[in-house]
Amino acid sequence: MTPTHTMNRRPGSVSGSQAGTGLRRCLAVVTVLLVWLVGVSPVQAEVTPQRAQALLQALDTDDFEAKAEAAQAIAASDAAQKTRWLKTLLDGRLGRERDGERFYIITDDSGREWPIIDAITFEDAGTGSRRSVDTFRINNDLRTQLQRLIASLSLGAGDEATRLAAAKRLVGEVDAQSAESIATQLDNEESPAVRAELETALALYRVEQGDASGLATLRGNLDTRIRNSLADIANSDSPIAAQAGDVLAGIESKRAWYERGQTLFFGLSAGSVLVLAAIGLAITFGVMGVINMAHGELIMLGAYTTWMIQQLLPGQPGLALLLAIPGGFLVAGAFGILIERSVIRFLKGRPLETLLATFGISLILQQLVRTVFSPLNRRVNSPDWLQGAWQLNEALSLTLNRLGVLIFCLVVFAALWALMRYTRLGLEVRAVTQNRTMARSMGVRAARVDMLTFGLGAGVAGLAGVALSQITNVGPNLGQSYIVDSFLVVVFGGVGNLWGTLVAGMSLGVINQVLQPWVGAVLAKVIVLIGVILFIQKRPQGLFAPKGRTS
Amino acid sequence: MSLATMFKRNSLLDERSTWITSIVLIVGMLAVVVLHALPPEHAWHLNGSVVTLLGKYLTYMLLALAVDLIWGYLGILSLGHGAFFALGGYAMGLYLTAQQAPLAPWQTVMAHFPVAALAMVLAPGLLALVFGWLAFRSRVTGVYFSIITQALTFALMLAFNRNEMDMGGSTGLTRFDELLGFSLASESMSVALFVASGVAVLLAFWGCKAVTRSRLGRVCMATRDAEARVRFIGYRVEHVKLAVFVLSAMIAGIAGALYVPQVGIINPSTFAPLFSIEVVVWVALGGRATLYGALLGALVVNYLKTLLTGVMPDAWLFLLGGLFVVVTMFLPQGVAGVLARLRRRREVAA
Repeated sequence: MTPTHTMNRRPGSVSGSQAGTGLRRCLAVVTVLLVWLVGVSPVQAEVTPQRAQALLQALDTDDFEAKAEAAQAIAASDAAQKTRWLKTLLDGRLGRERDGERFYIITDDSGREWPIIDAITFEDAGTGSRRSVDTFRINNDLRTQLQRLIASLSLGAGDEATRLAAAKRLVGEVDAQSAESIATQLDNEESPAVRAELETALALYRVEQGDASGLATLRGNLDTRIRNSLADIANSDSPIAAQAGDVLAGIESKRAWYERGQTLFFGLSAGSVLVLAAIGLAITFGVMGVINMAHGELIMLGAYTTWMIQQLLPGQPGLALLLAIPGGFLVAGAFGILIERSVIRFLKGRPLETLLATFGISLILQQLVRTVFSPLNRRVNSPDWLQGAWQLNEALSLTLNRLGVLIFCLVVFAALWALMRYTRLGLEVRAVTQNRTMARSMGVRAARVDMLTFGLGAGVAGLAGVALSQITNVGPNLGQSYIVDSFLVVVFGGVGNLWGTLVAGMSLGVINQVLQPWVGAVLAKVIVLIGVILFIQKRPQGLFAPKGRTS
Repeated sequence: MSLATMFKRNSLLDERSTWITSIVLIVGMLAVVVLHALPPEHAWHLNGSVVTLLGKYLTYMLLALAVDLIWGYLGILSLGHGAFFALGGYAMGLYLTAQQAPLAPWQTVMAHFPVAALAMVLAPGLLALVFGWLAFRSRVTGVYFSIITQALTFALMLAFNRNEMDMGGSTGLTRFDELLGFSLASESMSVALFVASGVAVLLAFWGCKAVTRSRLGRVCMATRDAEARVRFIGYRVEHVKLAVFVLSAMIAGIAGALYVPQVGIINPSTFAPLFSIEVVVWVALGGRATLYGALLGALVVNYLKTLLTGVMPDAWLFLLGGLFVVVTMFLPQGVAGVLARLRRRREVAA
């Protein structure tokens, strides 16, 4: 748990010495009069320039408590410039002329010569420098207070988004003075979102004051600041410690549920990668009884296709990605058909030899990519709509690229399923899977089916590569890291069974994610591997055994 | 041709190959020792690093023998034999480090050579026993078995990469000083290890030959060719498989134990699936179910590897990949098969 600024909050209001301020005000009035006489142009404000000058004048003191009081006064005044004053004061860009009585706002303090404007009229005042303008200094207490003042100021002004942001910042920052202004603000506020935030802020303030009535509002709120404050209260000797503890427990259990949801999402997204990688394998293995060890390299080819299309279309990652979907399918599919026609066809009925030969092909493809593209990893850019995360609430956020892969996986799966279910090719593929000899005697051209199936499986591998390029770097070893896992998925799910592959891939992904926080990533993987090995002992046909007679 | 004469001819052939292989091995070993003993300025002198390299080849040949025993004679393709090799190697590595600075308290027990020697054989043997018992009992065969052996070695690779194993993590075990009280850096140690590896290969070769020519070996081959029939005749096929699988794993363990002091390091990359599958291609190139083919294949492929990785490293994977394809498509019986066919043609002609 990370400590937040809520925990080391200091008491807010400070009381300055009244006498000193009074004297300064007199001086201020005099100086303002003088300045006015000299001829400062009039401003369009609800306060007179004299009053504005006086307000700023009050800031010109070395006593931070007096300064805080002056800031309060500014916030409470009707001056139209007050928000900008406080903001620039916070940034250290509000200052006073060294040899005069004018106040300036430094619009850009990056160089040695600063462009400055008059703080009251906002008119261009040429340039100033460290030698001609003394900026007002602030300390940490003052900074905290200024932030709070600015937040409550922006509450009353601006559009809904600004007010909401201001209200959010207020949570945990409320003190006795601002509590009142927030309460009035609440009456005038119309937006329900802003109202909810304000109510939360007020409720937390009341709870911190030992008032149990605020607790009901806080129940089930996932904000970390609230959780931390409540934890402090529950551990203190406050009269409502026990009640706060109850609410806290409720919040914690809600958080735990969302965290489980997060784990499930990570698991499903890892699982969808496995499914994408394994499903092509499941098709070729199921139909032809062929172990294609080069499958991982076909995935790699799909990923490299994405990278190449992106190189050809610089600055348009979205279009490139969309083009890469058919591109990756075709490139990998073409390589697949080439492999089937040139090697696998001649090794019919010798699964172990096929395994070795395709492994040889995988080595050749890997080295080919290394020679052609370099052994270094390549980065594929994600389009804007796959970057960032979808923040559902404080405890649950879904990374968009992983969500995209999950959806893509389901779409590919549905398409494959429909292909197998409703097309002539699918019918023939299923026939050959069930009984090759019988299918052939019914006039199915098994050799052609083999070729197309292998092409299809390879194409799907290419699609997996396109998806993988969005979540990891593209390199020559990309395929190798997935091949063992995808074989396990196929074996776990049952050979030649699309649903089995889906369920197996997703469950392996989720199991892996659930185990990870307990035992670490590597050991989780080892446990899953051993688990699958043991599972195969029990059910050699996998989760979903193929029905009917297999040849 | 009746079955009896065919059998006789085959066994005669085997007989001759056994003699030739043994003589080649012994003469080769003696030659290396003699050439090393020549004065360094002599043109034919072999220096210590070459002897060590040849010793490494010998351990690879021993590993290939172990793979051929189960793949050639039992028809079980293990893609995880590197795991047994690595386990034997780690046992040796633990012995070598335990003498100076054991990585964990329990490893001090490995400082005793008899304990370590037992571990070199028993660790892979036990793993094979448990794994094989689970797999063969539920009749996991063919490509399924291959895939789960690959998963096994992959899982072990991940596990040994963890620092919590006290096995040196991804760096593995290295910086060895002395074996049985003798410094590993000396030239005489290279020769001794080379001779030990050679003797181990010779003994394992004879041992495997004896096994395959025994009743057990006949049942093995029958299982390979028609498992269901052997089972129906009344043999407990899974026991036969288990016995030979464990024996093979132990041979691989010994190979690993001899390998480690010669290369001076053992790390999790030995568990990598690629290494295990490379071993399979040695055997496939040499020719399955001949034993001498495995020895030949391991020697040739590794010599090529040394040659090529030095001259043009990029070409090595192309060649290895090409070897896989060419051997499986055009040389299903390997080099040994080509030799046998040539001899048969000569006999027919004569």
